[in-house]
Amino acid sequence: MNKEVWIWAEQRQGRLLPVCFELLGKGHELCQDLEGKLAAVLVGSAVGGLCSELMDYGCEKVYLAADPRLSLYQADLYTDALSQLIDERRPEIVLWGATTTGTELSARVAARLKIGLTAHCIDLYIEDRDGEPRLVQVVPGWSGNLAVKTISRTIPQMATVKPNLMARASQRKVEGDIIPIVVEIEEKDLRAETIEIVEEEPEALPLEQAEIVVSGGWGLNALGGFASVEEIAAILGGAVAGTRPAFDRGWIPESRIIGISGKIVSPKLFISLGASGATQYTTGFARSQVILAVDQNRNAPIFEIADIGIVGDLQTILPLLIKELKGEA
Amino acid sequence: MALEIIVCIKQVPNPEDFSKISLDPVTRTITREGIPAVINPVDKNALEEGFRIRERYSGKVAVLTMGPPQARQALEEALAMGADEAFLLCDTAFAEADTLATAYSLACNIRSMGHFDLILCGKETADSGTGQVGPQLAEFLGIPCVSNVKEIAFEEDMSLVVKQALEGGYMKVKVGLPALITVNKEINQSRLVTAFGIMEAAEKEIREQCCKDVDADPHCIGRGGSPTEVLEPIELPRRKKGEIITGLPEEAVKKAVERIRELGGSDLMQ
Repeated sequence: MNKEVWIWAEQRQGRLLPVCFELLGKGHELCQDLEGKLAAVLVGSAVGGLCSELMDYGCEKVYLAADPRLSLYQADLYTDALSQLIDERRPEIVLWGATTTGTELSARVAARLKIGLTAHCIDLYIEDRDGEPRLVQVVPGWSGNLAVKTISRTIPQMATVKPNLMARASQRKVEGDIIPIVVEIEEKDLRAETIEIVEEEPEALPLEQAEIVVSGGWGLNALGGFASVEEIAAILGGAVAGTRPAFDRGWIPESRIIGISGKIVSPKLFISLGASGATQYTTGFARSQVILAVDQNRNAPIFEIADIGIVGDLQTILPLLIKELKGEA
Repeated sequence: MALEIIVCIKQVPNPEDFSKISLDPVTRTITREGIPAVINPVDKNALEEGFRIRERYSGKVAVLTMGPPQARQALEEALAMGADEAFLLCDTAFAEADTLATAYSLACNIRSMGHFDLILCGKETADSGTGQVGPQLAEFLGIPCVSNVKEIAFEEDMSLVVKQALEGGYMKVKVGLPALITVNKEINQSRLVTAFGIMEAAEKEIREQCCKDVDADPHCIGRGGSPTEVLEPIELPRRKKGEIITGLPEEAVKKAVERIRELGGSDLMQ
């Protein structure tokens, strides 16, 4: 019995996305518990060179579909290719990075094959259930430190994982096999056609690279917006971020949402202002080195994970904090 | 060319109140009492985009939701915003569906509605945020899908060229109708409900359909039709409990900043 754990090796412009190496790390752990083989599925044009990169990180098999027409992500063709391959080979587990395209592709493959798919897992491990090793998929719950265990009743067991959340695989070179796969392409299959990819100027300070992140939530409403968050970030040379409700209010762009449906960060210092601490939010920064939280509600779950908490009215606390950080106090 | 547009929405607990949702320590179930339900925020952008397309090309915007009887409120709001008709897919048999069973159920309802050109959804819900239902619904209907779209433009032949947001950029995708597009909040600013809209909505119909009405296979819906199974809630290991600094605000702020320096933030906060 040779079980396989697959990862979706998403490439863009001929480069593997960083989340691939995070999936390889988790995939390796799962393989050890299942006594299975770690494999990757790679689709693109002239991407053969990426196979050895995957093998450097422990990948024992690469299923490779190489075709010039697959150079860019093509929703319909990629769905056909992945569905056929998964249906034929029935791996035990397939892990996907929760990027825009990874989310879309995994969802369509799951619907085509009528199999389960769990989104945004924060932990994955094997547990014996009724004598069978099953993949437990842990997804964030609502508040504080709640999470929910989920399993799939179908094979393969499929899950998506947010980029930046899991540890990167360590280098572990193996001699792997490349298994070429052929995708039958008919013009009629190309209903949605990707014409081009446009890379936008990276932001001055990408959130994931900032050493200090200052984040605000709904509580900033009392101050009429995000001015103090921005001021504190400017004093500290940190990046501005916020909760989903802050985004819904128009205070931050989508690229600045912290949490499971936004960005995962682990800066040296994370400052959370006026956010009470839903799990979807706190999962986004739980691995920060130091967390300071300010909120008016003493019982807010944010204080369960903050290293340092200040309970108080933001209108009083934030001006004082600004003064103190400026060294004017 | 008049377009038949369907917008799928979901009623969710107000995201501003998520942290009030907690685990009942005795029953081990989620308590969400007293938390108001709203239209999932980005679904309003899907509605708005539907209205704008209708204004430009004429046609009809139908709104669809699956949920308990109280989800009717979300449909009333959508009608007041400007939707022409509404469908509530409501049956206890649909309860506890995962994304696959949800997408299947919505697809059954959409098939019962006859011809359509374009389906619009929000890119994800604020409560579970999977982003899966849109692409899965497209798959059940056998139509193409582009997710996380920030701009839709029509070509002369009525095919669409859309911008699909990616991490660090976007893709330009050309897609013919019928198609399903999931939108993000960048696409537009959704309109508010007006008093006139509310009056007009009172005249519009909400059609309630059950499992049988849409010819759904009972084995493919609800909890039983879901390939994923939710087990028990668990508590994650906590970080080491920190301290809440007490005292007068001036002192608390001073102490907090000192503590950050002690904990290793010193080189960061000159």
